[in-house]
Amino acid sequence: MTDRPLALDIGLAFLVLGVAVWTIAARDTFAAVVGFVAFGLLLTLVWARLAAPDVAPTEAAIGSGVTGGLLLGASTRLHGTQTPAPGEKPGAILRLAAAALCTVVSAGLAAIVLLLPEPAPTLAPQAATNISATGLGNPVTAVLMAYRAIDTLLETVVLLLALVGVWSLAPDRVWGGFPGPRHHADPDGLLPFMAQLLVPVGLLVGIYIFWVGSVAPGGEFQGATILAAMWVLAMMAGLVDAPAVSRRWLRLLLVAGPAVFFAIGLAGFAMAGAFLAYPEAYAKLLIVTIEVPVTLSIATMLALLVAGPPERALR
Amino acid sequence: MSFALDALTILAVSTGAFFFLAGTVGLLRFPDALSRLHALTKADNLGLGLVVLGLLFQPEELFAGLKLVTVWLLTLLAGATVTQLIARTARPGGAQE
Repeated sequence: MTDRPLALDIGLAFLVLGVAVWTIAARDTFAAVVGFVAFGLLLTLVWARLAAPDVAPTEAAIGSGVTGGLLLGASTRLHGTQTPAPGEKPGAILRLAAAALCTVVSAGLAAIVLLLPEPAPTLAPQAATNISATGLGNPVTAVLMAYRAIDTLLETVVLLLALVGVWSLAPDRVWGGFPGPRHHADPDGLLPFMAQLLVPVGLLVGIYIFWVGSVAPGGEFQGATILAAMWVLAMMAGLVDAPAVSRRWLRLLLVAGPAVFFAIGLAGFAMAGAFLAYPEAYAKLLIVTIEVPVTLSIATMLALLVAGPPERALR
Repeated sequence: MSFALDALTILAVSTGAFFFLAGTVGLLRFPDALSRLHALTKADNLGLGLVVLGLLFQPEELFAGLKLVTVWLLTLLAGATVTQLIARTARPGGAQE
């Protein structure tokens, strides 16, 4: 390595720290969210520089994109309640306690990082040796779908619970109705045309990224985020309306991923003697059988999370 | 030959970087949202296009060059769409009309 990439890395590190401080220090919620999105994109570059091509697109798609979009929506909703009432100002003791807690946490994290054993303990050699048993070519996907499949299963369940939480914010009279405002396509505008052009291309890219995940960087969460983004775009351009949350097909689509995952996991008891264990001959087939509905479910969950709670009643 | 190619690369990438700089200055200095969007799309379209053009002069396999051009085309399409979305919200009357 010459010293030019090092200068780039140091500059990147300072930029990340600067944006992080600015995000925390920003008084305005909207400005802080914009800072957070920029922070996520810079972090994507950091992951790319650390030769982690699997983490980088996940950070860009989920960490920066979806989370940024959700925070943006939250900041718009909170706009009217930004300035705290005089009684809400924290007292000196509370501020001191918060400062002390932050210092302890930061010092603890710094101590842990400085005391890490050298070389770091790693399971990477075992993961690489046993990858042939999974039939996959990408060790990261092998970790997500085989070695630590239960984490991925629980992640999809957590997303589903988050969506139920968002829906539960709907007032009773619109329960089961349509999320968000209805966007109408402007007949003279460019947006519907551009969206019609971009959505098919985006769907193709999303499916490709999901499919290539078994042998190269990519995978279900990144692919699902792109699919969800295309659906949100079609909704915002007025090409399609958001589905009413009481639709049976929508509910089925949402639970299909976790349900298939869980069913194959339980079948693992009979086939290979443990929960989420795959018999070696069928490992790849079973993993793909899980991944397809999980990707569809995650894409639906993410799009509906962005669409928000129901706002218009079913009539 | 390679010197001429390098010179073309440096010229195109530098011009691209100039457009990114100009776009950023416009984003910071222009008075209203629509003008700022205009500046921003120039940086995306021309800046990235020129950077990609510059990289095409470097001897690479054909497939890598094709990938670069595809990335640029995707950015054009996505950038134009998102700009329309933002502009609709920024326009007087907003998205709810």
